[in-house]
Amino acid sequence: MDFLFYMGDVFTPINFGLLLLGTVGGLILGATPGLSPTMAVALLIPFTFQLEPQQGLILLGAAYTSTVAGGAVSAILLKIPGAPANIATTLDGHTMAAKGEGAKALQLSFLASAVGGLFGVFLLIFLTPVLAQWALAFGPSHLFWLAILGVTVIGTLDSSSVVKGLLSGCIGLWLATIGFDDIMGAQRFIFHPAVSGGINVIPALIGLFAIPQVITMLTKGRTRSGAEVITVKRHPIRLAFVEVIRRKTALTIGTITGSIIGLIPGVGGQIAGLVAYDQSKKFSKESEKFGTGHSEGVIAAESANNAMVGPSLVPLLTLSIPGSPTAAVLLGGLLIHGIFPGPDLFMNYPQVAWTFIDSMLIGQILMCIFGLYIAGLAASVARVPHAVMAAIVLGLAVFGSYSVQNSMGDVYVMASLGLGMYFLERFGFSAAPLVLGLILGPIAEANFIQGSMIANATVGQATYFFTGWLNWFLILIVLASVSYSIWMEIAQRRYTTKDDAVAKEEALS
Amino acid sequence: MKKWIAGAAMALAAMTGSAYAEGHGDYPERPIMLMVSYGAGGATDFQARIVTMTAGNEDALGMPIAIVNRPGAGGRVGWNWFATEADNDGYTLGAYNIPHFIAQSIEGGVSYSTDDFEPIANWGADPAVFVVGADSDFNSMADVVDYAKANPGGLTFSGAGLFVGHHIAALQLEKAAGVELAYIPNNAGGAGAMRAVIAGEVLGGVNNLSDAFRAQAAGNVKILGVFDLERNAFLPDVPTMMEQGYDIDNASVNFRGVMVPKGTPQAVIDHLAAVVPTMFENGRVQSRMEAGGSPMHVMTRDEVLEMWAARQETLEELLAGL
Repeated sequence: MDFLFYMGDVFTPINFGLLLLGTVGGLILGATPGLSPTMAVALLIPFTFQLEPQQGLILLGAAYTSTVAGGAVSAILLKIPGAPANIATTLDGHTMAAKGEGAKALQLSFLASAVGGLFGVFLLIFLTPVLAQWALAFGPSHLFWLAILGVTVIGTLDSSSVVKGLLSGCIGLWLATIGFDDIMGAQRFIFHPAVSGGINVIPALIGLFAIPQVITMLTKGRTRSGAEVITVKRHPIRLAFVEVIRRKTALTIGTITGSIIGLIPGVGGQIAGLVAYDQSKKFSKESEKFGTGHSEGVIAAESANNAMVGPSLVPLLTLSIPGSPTAAVLLGGLLIHGIFPGPDLFMNYPQVAWTFIDSMLIGQILMCIFGLYIAGLAASVARVPHAVMAAIVLGLAVFGSYSVQNSMGDVYVMASLGLGMYFLERFGFSAAPLVLGLILGPIAEANFIQGSMIANATVGQATYFFTGWLNWFLILIVLASVSYSIWMEIAQRRYTTKDDAVAKEEALS
Repeated sequence: MKKWIAGAAMALAAMTGSAYAEGHGDYPERPIMLMVSYGAGGATDFQARIVTMTAGNEDALGMPIAIVNRPGAGGRVGWNWFATEADNDGYTLGAYNIPHFIAQSIEGGVSYSTDDFEPIANWGADPAVFVVGADSDFNSMADVVDYAKANPGGLTFSGAGLFVGHHIAALQLEKAAGVELAYIPNNAGGAGAMRAVIAGEVLGGVNNLSDAFRAQAAGNVKILGVFDLERNAFLPDVPTMMEQGYDIDNASVNFRGVMVPKGTPQAVIDHLAAVVPTMFENGRVQSRMEAGGSPMHVMTRDEVLEMWAARQETLEELLAGL
């Protein structure tokens, strides 16, 4: 119960002030497209030079927690996921906002985030030694199968048909091959200097989601005269609480999936939300409502991406290996004060380590309170006329893509992918599977190459990739996921072709 | 004696440097950008942020230095940009990693070589070390080489990628010990390579001394040898490769420093070359670097020019056989 002992340190005036600053600042940074949690934490590092180690970490921890949750704001209101973690939130969240339920969607997302986040941090507090072993269990062959598991999700994710889902997934996989290959350094499809570093996920994300949105808004502004205003229904916070508690399945699946996946180094944060979304869709009694502004979609996605925060720090705090880019930046924040993370961290610097973890607990609650306040302001965002909104979103999209690495190249990538996506959307393709392909491609490829190299030097590829209980377990889930998709496809064998397509088309335009 | 000469040379350089700088107006008049070709949080990025933190002081450049990350493809993306697109007005600096960029330029497929950059000063030298898991049967390099002789091509060991310091160290080891090894480049850099060692996915690994030092302190790995000419102050008990009977020099040591693109005005280069090393020697910088476990090694522009030329030669020879 050491963490209770150091709880008081969080509430000293300076520490609590920094916690508030980190939380509010993090929400704002997170809501800005392009400023991913990694970027936000990196931006804050120079400020921690001047602070005590404890204070610096409180600031960084609070910022990490609330940027992940803050990403939901732009995902829901503007359909721009601030970071890969928020992709799944756009699927139902933005549809809800379009129906005038933006305030409700935001309330649900912040409540779900807080539940998931608290669970994740409690895991970090109580199960760290166990979890550390789990984080090491995933070798190249397992990460390869995990990525393949992600690919099987692609087909059923938010598309008018499985085939179209798979096709957009393939486009994503192809886009992922552009640039220098990660391991061998070979150059692939580099037709312009802007893509020599490969397609960066964040500009791609912004372009694929925001640009079709902007174009649609602009075309609407022309056909219908005057500003079109979405009515925003007021939604009492009490009802949001009831709703979150009522959606137990989505909340549980989201939280557990997020915590488990968050542990896996290098993969976790990016796909936790999407996997949780897909899983709760499969388990839900109302799975057909997913994608039409269903509250379970928002709850599952947001509880997952915040549940991942705590466990994602396990490899860093116990093994001194940063499991994610954000953790790497946090490692820098520790090293700069001469603190080496590792098993002794909690013995040598209990005051720093436990206060840091405690501040993440309190930070989750503060984040939820401020988030709910922001949800109340959502109404004003939705009252902005379309033409103005389009301009704002476009401005944010350009700013967000540029800020990733101060490069116009990324802005061109964002613009061209977005333009392409606008036309693809007219034909019923959607952005989420495409982005998933873009994220999973390099994971699958690099781990396959690494695995084969190890296998060739030791036991041979067949043994390496097909033996061991974890490999078998993952292969079984892959098979189950594929059969489920096929079965669903046959079961509701598309009596829906023409009418459905027309309805979808009308909904889009 | 050596120190004294270096000090005198530095003082001389400082004097001539400031004379030139006066001739070149008020450079710098605005904040300066330092391009780091690795992501935020990596060792190069972390160290670059520390060594430049006093740039704004009156006795340094008088203007802050902002770090901009351009990661990708083992640094190729950033250096390509730096060689072809960066402004050569003195307001765009870049961080170099030796032997990485020289090895990549020899391998080909990139638009830079040592001729495209002008070094300013070196701040750090991070030797490569050979690590094995804490519970490994290997206790010396001789054990490792014996295993490799018994299982040709079967000794798997990780490193941060191809054509980086770790890979060079691996090639040197193969050549010096006369064995065939299985080098597994990791796509997640040094941290990923270290994880592979700790998790037991590979039998050993080449990694940065600074990271291995931390991992050893955490009780996760054993360090069997240093790929450098002398033992390191952080690890006085770990013998060099040379001491263990393998003819391996310091060609794989990861030197980090600051450079500017070709074509930057000579007066600016001279001013930077005079001021930047003193900035690295600032007491606050030194103590932060030491706290973070990052070995410092300050070198002036002339010393770096010499080191680059020497590396170019050794690496061309070493990589010719690939």
